Amino acid sequence: MQPKPKALTYLDIFTVVLFLISLGMVFFYAPMEAVMGNVQRVFYYHVAVGWVGMLSFLAAAIAGILYLRSKDRKWDQFAVAAVEIGVVFTFLNIATGSIWARPIWNTWWTWDPRLTTATIMELIYFAYLMLRQGIEDPDRRARFGAVYVILGFISVPLTFLSARLFRTIHPVVFGTNQPGAEGDFTMTPEMFHTFLFSLFTFTFVFIDLMWHRLRLGRFADQVEQLKLKFSQHS
Amino acid sequence: MTFVRATAAVIAKDLAGEFRSRELLSAMLIFAVLVILIFNFALELDIKTRSTVTAGVLWVTFAFAGSLGLNRSMAMEKDRGCIDGLLLAPVDRSAIYFGKMIGNLVFMLSVEAIVLPLYSILYNTNLFKIGFLGVVFLGSLGYVAVGTLLATMAVQTRTRDVLLPILLFPLVIPVLIASVKASMGYLQGIEAETIRPWLNLLLVYDTVFIAVAFMMFDFVVEE
Repeated sequence: MQPKPKALTYLDIFTVVLFLISLGMVFFYAPMEAVMGNVQRVFYYHVAVGWVGMLSFLAAAIAGILYLRSKDRKWDQFAVAAVEIGVVFTFLNIATGSIWARPIWNTWWTWDPRLTTATIMELIYFAYLMLRQGIEDPDRRARFGAVYVILGFISVPLTFLSARLFRTIHPVVFGTNQPGAEGDFTMTPEMFHTFLFSLFTFTFVFIDLMWHRLRLGRFADQVEQLKLKFSQHS
Repeated sequence: MTFVRATAAVIAKDLAGEFRSRELLSAMLIFAVLVILIFNFALELDIKTRSTVTAGVLWVTFAFAGSLGLNRSMAMEKDRGCIDGLLLAPVDRSAIYFGKMIGNLVFMLSVEAIVLPLYSILYNTNLFKIGFLGVVFLGSLGYVAVGTLLATMAVQTRTRDVLLPILLFPLVIPVLIASVKASMGYLQGIEAETIRPWLNLLLVYDTVFIAVAFMMFDFVVEE
């Protein structure tokens, strides 16, 4: 077993520091939004965790393609790691959105395209994890996983499009809103800084978690091989 | 030419087998009728509700019956070892995919061809509008294109029967939404301009997923 790399320890510390600074910015640097009040502050992390979710699923799809091309097991480990992180952060994205929506939209949940798409995306990747659980042969598990993760990623924009053809009430903070969007606001420079810094922070959170999860995946693989060796000897 | 012949051979094999046993079609059909029966009591399909929910009821029925058929059609290949024989044949593997896919499409369309008139009679609604039938075809095509690929994967897992719907439904949601919306549009006689985007979506989905499944099939059968 290799010891924990020095660089990873530094990255851990760096990420924690970034996280604390971003928390400070969210609560003390960014001004209170005039109409929505304090609950608007959830926006900074809401978008940032959503961004990590999308980044993870994109990474998983790319890893899937690379696996099918090279048949190298490390890409399979990469894909699972990314999907697991993506599932957690997409859930956080939905949960923080709900907290904001309760006072602003006056409901925890509505069948808006973004909400619908996020939920279906979550279900796709749950299905991916279940598919892997049902297969014992590691090569087949990796192959099927790669195929499904690619199919899933392609279907997400189509799901969004189909849900978008219904009307939407989700605000688009960047770019033009469709008429009927509720809870929109314009950002002051301080808000914009906080927002960018949150994105930056969570990108590092993603990289840090990925690294840890990849290491864990490698260890799990080693354990599996040792078990196999042991059962052959006895 | 050999590609077309190989595909046709796989389809002919599936149809011949089904013609003799009729186990797949009869199961799908009875299941479809049962689902409609349950909807009848769950939703109280009186004249007012009928005009708005007919499309939804029909597509849920097709989706459920379809997943039953897909599971069975691939499980049959696996259990009797036919798939190994098929894979040994010196033809392009995608010919096997297209053969199975078109076979499944024929089964699904056959079930629909019986369920639709039955529904028309039971609820005294005219479903025979050319646009609606086109939507039924496009929707079923997209459904079996993804379904055949995923069923091939699902039967090779431990939890196979439970797994297929879980893998399939989140991926075919765009097809189901678009099909329900377009069907509803045609059945209520809404002008073609509002239905067009849904048709485009169906066409895009069908094209993209047939192409992707065609490229991926090799990976799910290689051993």
